[in-house]
Amino acid sequence: MIFPIAGVHIHPLYLIGVGFIVGVLGGFFGVGGSFLAGPALFAAGVPMNFVVGTDLAHIVGKSIVAARKHRTLGNIDIKLGLIMVVGTIIGVESGAQVIQALKRAADVDWVVGVSFIVILVGISGFMTWESIKTLAAQRRARREGGSLRRHPSGRDQSAVAHISEAIQHIRLPPYVKLPVSGVASISIWAILGVAYLGGFFSGFLGGGAGYIRMPCMVYLLGIPTHIAVGTDLFEIIISAGYGTFTHAVKGNVDILIALVMHTGAAIGAQLGATLTQYFVGPRIRMAFIPLPVLGALLMLHGLLSGHPGK
Amino acid sequence: MHERDTNWARSFLVEIVVYAGLVAGYYFLVLRFLGNWLEWLFAHERRAYAGIALGLIIGQGFLLELLTRWLLRWVKHAREGE
Repeated sequence: MIFPIAGVHIHPLYLIGVGFIVGVLGGFFGVGGSFLAGPALFAAGVPMNFVVGTDLAHIVGKSIVAARKHRTLGNIDIKLGLIMVVGTIIGVESGAQVIQALKRAADVDWVVGVSFIVILVGISGFMTWESIKTLAAQRRARREGGSLRRHPSGRDQSAVAHISEAIQHIRLPPYVKLPVSGVASISIWAILGVAYLGGFFSGFLGGGAGYIRMPCMVYLLGIPTHIAVGTDLFEIIISAGYGTFTHAVKGNVDILIALVMHTGAAIGAQLGATLTQYFVGPRIRMAFIPLPVLGALLMLHGLLSGHPGK
Repeated sequence: MHERDTNWARSFLVEIVVYAGLVAGYYFLVLRFLGNWLEWLFAHERRAYAGIALGLIIGQGFLLELLTRWLLRWVKHAREGE
């Protein structure tokens, strides 16, 4: 099938298949899936500028479907999401500025590529350690009749709950109450800081950076995993929507490719979002672990073959 | 399998089939009637193209999901009425 805007010939089933896979991942983990969809579009012959913009466009549609499903499951903290949007947009601009500076001073592909690999492997390593420790502690608590240290929200369990407890006790006004997430009080600066971090890496590394934001919301802010997934999707709608518009104005979006991908992604996102209700927080985090590693491997392959996938 | 799981699987399957049909229909409608126009807009009116592209992807995600939910509710009511 010919897509005249991007000037490429791709079988629609390929796009639907890619969309379905990233849709399931998005609905289940709250990530945009650009670390898989980007290289998949590039491999099909889509020019790199269209890869970035078209991927963002399909992420908007998929995130709407998944977020609406999560909303019916009570997994979205809209107040938290709206506060985070502010930090994310500032962070995206900062990350993009660093990229501009690197373009003038260094080999940007290698700097971004190596940073991407180090960060993704680091996230996977930490989450592996934390999930194994939490699940082992759960088993021990069941066997011995004791109780595992609760997540500050009281609705999840984590072996590193003390980190988010310490962050929630930071005395830096103004404070905000997040009843949906079970957070009695937290400094608004802590939320903006985490959002800024996610936004910075989104601008610096590309994509929605949900693979950074979702773990940060769980481990740093103390948001229950299910709500972190749903709220991350809600936030991605706004940030990816903004990105889609600006990329489309610059001529980087083939909306017909995005619509075909979305036919698969929308169904996958429904499936992924529905499945979250059948898994506890540590299990969702455990299943998330291979994704950053896969993204790191794709980037490594891109760097070594001379075609960075992002 | 528990009865609750069977009911969930059945309603989820119905939801997916209805949704897949609507999404595919919407896509072919867009391709059939808007394909050439979108190509022209991309070449000549980039800002309008950007707005319409965003609207189409939001429409596909949001409106069709609403329509699916309405259809499922209608089917449920019809079944209860029998």
